[in-house]
Order: sequence, then C-alpha cells, then structure tokens
Amino acid sequence: MKFSDQLEQRFSTMVTHYPTKRSVLVPMLLYIQDEVGALTDEAIHEIAQRTELSDLEVRNVISYYSMLRTRPVGKYNFQVCTNVSCLLRGADDIFEHCKKKLGIGNKESTPDGLFLLEEVECIGACSWAPALMMNYEFHENLTPAKIDELIDGLKKKEEQ
Amino acid sequence: MADVTITVDGKKLTVPAGTLLIEACKSTGIEVPSFCYYPGLSLQGACRMCLVEVEKMPKLQTACTTPVAEGMVVTTESEKIKQARKAMLELVLANHPLDCPVCDAGGECELQDMTFKYGAAESKFMDLKNHRDEQQWSPVVYFDRPRCILCYRCIRVCGEGMDVWALGVQNRGTSSIIAPNKEDHLECEECGMCIDICPVGALTSGAYRYKTRPWEMKHVGTVCTHCGDGCKTTLGVRRADTGMEIVRGDNRDKSGINGDFLCIKGRYAFDFAHSGDRIQQPLIKHEGKFVAATWEQALDRIASRFKQVLASDGPTAVGIIGSNRTSNEENYLLQKFARLVLSTNNIDHHRTADFPAFASALAGKADATASMRDVFDAPAILLIGNNPTDQHPLLAWQIRTNVRLHRAKLYVVNSYPIKLRRQAAAFAQIAPGSEGSLVQFLAGNDAAADAAVTPQLSREALSQLREALKNEKDLVVIFGSELRGNDVTALINFGLAQGAKFICLGDYANSRGAADMGLYPDMLPGYAPVTSATSFHEDWVDEIPTSPGLNLLQMMDAAKEGKLKALYVVGSNPIARYNVDPFALSKAFVVVQDMFLTETASIADVVLPIANAYEKGGTFTNTCGDVQMLKKAGEFAGVRNDFECIVRIADRMGYDVHKLVPFGGGGTRADMGQSRGAQSGEADRHAVWLAERNLEPKMSPYDPTAMLDEIQRLVPGYDISRLGLLSGHDEHTQLVQITRATGSGHPELVLPSNDTLFTSGTLGRYSPTLNSVMERYAAKPADKEIAAD
Repeated sequence: MKFSDQLEQRFSTMVTHYPTKRSVLVPMLLYIQDEVGALTDEAIHEIAQRTELSDLEVRNVISYYSMLRTRPVGKYNFQVCTNVSCLLRGADDIFEHCKKKLGIGNKESTPDGLFLLEEVECIGACSWAPALMMNYEFHENLTPAKIDELIDGLKKKEEQ
Repeated sequence: MADVTITVDGKKLTVPAGTLLIEACKSTGIEVPSFCYYPGLSLQGACRMCLVEVEKMPKLQTACTTPVAEGMVVTTESEKIKQARKAMLELVLANHPLDCPVCDAGGECELQDMTFKYGAAESKFMDLKNHRDEQQWSPVVYFDRPRCILCYRCIRVCGEGMDVWALGVQNRGTSSIIAPNKEDHLECEECGMCIDICPVGALTSGAYRYKTRPWEMKHVGTVCTHCGDGCKTTLGVRRADTGMEIVRGDNRDKSGINGDFLCIKGRYAFDFAHSGDRIQQPLIKHEGKFVAATWEQALDRIASRFKQVLASDGPTAVGIIGSNRTSNEENYLLQKFARLVLSTNNIDHHRTADFPAFASALAGKADATASMRDVFDAPAILLIGNNPTDQHPLLAWQIRTNVRLHRAKLYVVNSYPIKLRRQAAAFAQIAPGSEGSLVQFLAGNDAAADAAVTPQLSREALSQLREALKNEKDLVVIFGSELRGNDVTALINFGLAQGAKFICLGDYANSRGAADMGLYPDMLPGYAPVTSATSFHEDWVDEIPTSPGLNLLQMMDAAKEGKLKALYVVGSNPIARYNVDPFALSKAFVVVQDMFLTETASIADVVLPIANAYEKGGTFTNTCGDVQMLKKAGEFAGVRNDFECIVRIADRMGYDVHKLVPFGGGGTRADMGQSRGAQSGEADRHAVWLAERNLEPKMSPYDPTAMLDEIQRLVPGYDISRLGLLSGHDEHTQLVQITRATGSGHPELVLPSNDTLFTSGTLGRYSPTLNSVMERYAAKPADKEIAAD
C-alpha cells in the first residue's frame, strides 16, 4: 500500500527519529487515519510490515487508544467532553442537545456518514468549558444555540 | 556483579546485585505471591500481588520489578500487605466466574490458592459478570474469556519464548481481552505453552479439557517418545478399561533438560497410545489372513521358524531391523540376540544421522560433545543445516532462550531461510545441497566456497563468517543430517582446533541410543568394529561373528532374491520409510513387533503387540548423548514390551538366557572356586562391577535394568551416575572412551525423517491430535511463520 507523497516523506523522516522502528507506530497510525479515514486491514498490514510488527500487535495498539479507529467515522467527528469542569458547566445538557439535534446516540454516526458523536474524557479545555472537539478544531463555551449554529453551518456547507 | 546484602523479614541475605526482589526472597525460602511474574520472561508488573513493604519507600512496591539495593529492608507479610493483596484479589474475582467445580484448573489453580490464602472470597461487587462463551481457537487451544485474569503470561511465552507472537491483548482496562492472531482463531505452532503457563483455567487444551479432575490422576515423569531431543514429560494417568490411560502431558515441575517447555508432540501426541488401531493380541498369518493367537503359539512359531532357517540356511539367512524408539536396553539386547543367538551381523535400523562418522571423528577427544543443557548457556552457537523449529523443538527453544537471556551469538548456515535466522547474529543462506562444501571451506579449503555461494551470498560474507567463528570461544556446533562422512570429520577438525563442542542431530527419540547400542551390521555397541577384538568379544560367552553383516537395504535385496529367509523387525516400518516393495519380503518369514498394523506389520507372518515407551521402563539417549530414564506411565491390556519378547524368543530357541541378560546369581563368567594364584578362574566381572557400585544383582531376565548394568559396564561412555539416572536427571555420555570406532558410517544409508512440527514418523499417523492439526493446516496452507517479518 502506498500513501500520499507527503505521508511517505513524513514516514521516512520520522522513522529515523527513534531507536527502534516500532516506536514510530502510534504517530503513524494517527497520520494514516487522517489520510485514509480509518485504519483499514490493508493499512494495518502495511504499517505492520514497515515497523516489523505482526498485524496482531498493531491491532493491540489500535484497540488500546480510543482515538484510533478501524472503521470509517463521520466526516465531522464530534467529541463532547463530559469530564468534571465541563460537567459543572452543563456538559450533560450540551451532549443531550447534540444527540437530539443529530438524531444519534453516543458513538453513533448519522446515516449519511457526515457526523459521528462521542462522549469523551477531558480534552484539556477546562478554562473554556463546556467544550467539544470537532476533528482537530476546538469549540468552546458551548451553548445549545452555538451547537445548532455549528451543525447547521456544516450541513449547509455539505449541501453546496 | 557485586553482591548486595538486604534484610527480608528480619533475615539477612546476600545476593548478586541486579537480582529481582521476588527472586531474592525465593532464594531464602520466602514465597512472594504473583500471577504475572514468570522467571525467564519479561517483567509485566500487572497483577500487583507481589506488593511488599520496603523501608523508606512511601508506598508498597512490586517485588517482581524491584531490583535489590544495598541495605534494603523488606517486609513481605504485614497487615497492610495482606489488605492490599486481598483487595487485588477482589478485583480479579469481580469478573471471574465461580465455575471451579467444572474448571480444568480446579484444584491446581493459582487464583484458588491465593483466594484461599488471603480470604478474599467475599465481594463488594454486585455488578453482572461480563460473560462470553468458551471459544475454540485451534484444534488444541480453547479460551474461556471470563476466567482470564490478564496476567499476560501466555502472550509473553508465545512471543518471547516461542517467537510465534500469536497472542495479543486488545482494548484497555476492564475490557482488555486476550486475542488470537487471526481474529477468531490461532495460527501458530500449537505448542500449548500458553495453556500450560496459564495460572487459571482460561486457556484449556482440546486433549484434556473436561476430562478429569487433577487429583484423580497419578503423575509419572518420563521421556517423550517423539523427536530426538529427549524432553522430560510428566504424564497424568488414570484408570481406564484398557489399563492406565494417559490423559495429560506437561512438565510443570520443570524437571529435566526442557524445564517447562514441550512442543505439541510431547504435550498432546501421547494419544496414539490409546488409539483404537492398537493391536491387543498376537497375530499369526494363516492362508493370507491374520488370526488372533495366544502368546505361547506366536512365540513358539517364531522360535521354531528361526531355528529351522538357521539349521537349513545358516546365520546369513536371518536378519534383524531394530528401532529408533525402543530403549537402550532393548536395542542392546536385540543386537546381542542377533550376534549370539542367531550368530549373525545382519542387523540395522533406520539411520537418521551419521553417528558412526561423528563418533569416529571424536574418538578419544574429551569434552567434545555438548549436552542439551550446554545449548542453553553457550556463548556462541553455530547451526549448520536442519530446521530445529520443526525437527528439534527443544533445541530451538534452548537456542532462542539463550540468545534472549544470555545474548548468545548464533550463526546459522542453511540452504533455506529457517525461522531461527531471526535470532541469528549472522545467517548464511547457502546454495541447496552445499552444506558439505561450506564445511570444507570453513576447514580451510577456499575453493570449496564456489559451491556454496549464491547471487545473494558473496564469498566475502562466507570469509567473514569463517573469521567470526574462529574468534568464538566455547562454540557449540550443531549440525543436521545434511553433513555425513568426511564432511563431519572436516567440521569436527575445524571446531576442535578452537575447543568447540558438538551436537549431531538425529531424528527420533532414541536414534542416538540405537546407534550407540550397535544396531549396525558392522559395529558393536560403542561403535566398536565387529571385525576386531573388543571388550565385547572378551566378555560375551559365545563367539561374535566377525564378518560384517548386511545393512537394511542389502537385507531387503537379499530377501527379494530369496537369500534372506527370516526377518525380525522390532518397532520399525522399513516398507513405508524406505519405500520397499512389499513383495520383496513375500518369500521370507517375517516377524514384526509393533503397536499397529503398519505397512510392514501387515505383510508379516507373525505380529506381536508391543508396549510403547510410555508403557515401560528403560533408558533413552537423546541426540546430544544425554541419557534419561523412562518410567512406566500408561498401560495397555494385552501388550508386552520388546525386551520381554526378545528374551522369550531366545529362551524358546533353547538359548541359555543367562548368557544374554545378566540376572540372578552368577554371571557372565563364574569363578571356578580357586580365587588365588596365577591359574585361578576369573572372577565374575559383572558381579564385581555391581558390588563396586553398591548395586544388587537383578532377579529377573525380563528386568531391563539388568541389561543397563551390562551397558554401563561395557559400552564406552555409558559409565554415568546411576543415582543421577534414578533420580530423573539427564546424564551426559561422552564419546571420549571410544578408541576403535569404525569410520565408515555408510552415509548413503542415512535417511532423514523430515518430520515437521506436526508429524512423527509412522507413529504420528496414529495420533488423533496431530492429525487434526495437520488437517486444519492442510485445508488452509498459510505461511507457517506468523510473526513479525
């Protein structure tokens, strides 16, 4: 399996940064996931070959980290923090609102594959709680209105 | 490393720096409990059972990951520790089912023992247990997920120990599960190490699960009957309709050269012993069909026909084929029977290595053979030919463990990319069939390299290899049957120059024993030539025929030509193994001693049902020359052992069995009463030898230990510690006392068995376990090497 030139470039530099090849596994998995959309069987086999690990070992690592996925997720991946700071500032209501607005539950995707909703632990944005992460983008000091605005905006963008 | 002194529970002790606290405690008799710690495997620190108090450390420490330090003061039992361990157990038990009454591990479960000790039977947890039905991962391996306590021993022993890496752990925290490499099943070497090492009943074996309770078995430590490595195996036996049935094989007590290692054959392929195909009665062929007979009838028929042939056609018209799986005592007795009772040297066996060439090259050289234990701690190893992963699983384990734990340097030379190359410091893939040339090159013949080089392997690489090897001190050289005759001599001369030790690899459980005991047409025990006077000539009462006899293939030819009139086959299947035309034997009177109606047995005139190595006593010599004692574990109604059959045939032929087996009072040569003066009769050497060693004379001609006495007295190298043997140790024999070995080993007669991990000559065909595994892998031919590359 061949990745994009940019990712191939990245791999060849990164692999030199560590004393053993296997150490490059976790960052590479994240980059591959971003590029491919998910860690497919093919991708797992490829990275296993490159890092001299067995497919099983790569799967072991993937299953450990909740941010690594073997199935494609929504194009927009909503990760709503419900840890202490956010909880105190009404994260539960925010999460419930997201569920209602998108019509899906925790760890579910919308039928069109656009959105995925997930309840997560602290994302390090306590000062601006409640907060969520949409892909790599932070949205802070959330209110139901802000959520509506965000989701409607994304839907509109997709319709165009 | 320097020693450090620590205090454990008020006891002062001195241990080498770097020792783990848990091991230091063990050395002074204090057992610190643990699930995840396993000696020889990497550290895990997962189970938190080994928590101990260390003075000046604020929290409890895991003894399994803490190296000792000077002045450390440790407490291993206190109220605080007890509470901590109890709490850990409570967590472990939170999802552990209480199916102990039906669990395989019940009664020998580490979790049960610890719960009993720390009294954590009450639980604060009210949650539903997370259940998952038992899964079958392979014909051998079953997994009961809820029983798993996540100690990771199985993962480590499979990966680090076996270099298979077929098990992993998926998910995280309480949802962690042990997972096989192919989603819902395993593709691996089926060794069963994971099952054996499991502290609870999470991993169970197809052979043993739900069959019995551990305390219903009797345990007998004996030697595996499959390959030539000589693993100790502890067989669990239980009463059955047909005698004593073997229900389990393992080596949990870590006795023997293999520690707790066993491969699939040692662990599960004992099941041939209770195969429905076993013969339970002597069979005599009558008008082309086998008819069940009594032992009396069968033995009479054999004895009278043998006598008839001897009388009409002489000793050259009879022949014997011995076995690679009968004991040393039986092999020795068989060749003595051939030479004294039948007066013939027509005796041979299925040769799987050129041991005669090996013995003659090493004759008179002290400390030149390596034992299986040496492979575990030799600083450097050269492996030429063979594929130990398949053919010598224990040897492969020893090599891997040595490389992993002691950083031994492994040099592998093979014409195939065998799996052990992954542990090798250097791997030379030479041209197929060029092992001999490679050895000649090592020995200094530069021109010989031409045959070994390939486009991928340059002459420079070979020269580097030779230089590297020359700089290795205490090298152990291991070679397969690819090397024979002069190549063996060349290799040994190369190695001896730098003090190397050697191992010559033969294929079956007692191949080395068969060779050492003289199952050769031209050699007596100890590779002594039949043609010249030896201690055997001096010692045995009757004359030994002095002209070499026919070898196995010559006997077959002679039978075809009608010159060989009687053939006695003991535990061998030459028709299938050597691809002999069965009609070649149609004119001869053929007697076969076997467990099954093999290709050879089915064309015999008389077949005697025989006990296998698990059902009798005796000794085996493994391929390295380590002798170990067999103990009777199983029992099968209707069969007798080869030893008894040979003695009975001799007896019925009218031969005085005292001359064959030294039993009872008197011996091979009696003192004629006058014990002083130059003309006095000679003392009974056997009795003197026994008295010297505080051994008593044996009272029965069917007692193989009587033969062992004679073997130890007469066969060069076998004067080893009887006490060691009796207490279950392996005793290494040296070829050093051999002075007059005959060099010609007839290299062309060596026929390697080419067994894989899942085959074992003719015997393997009768093992349901091996068959089921082979069927599965035949259905789906995948790459046999699962792991990393």
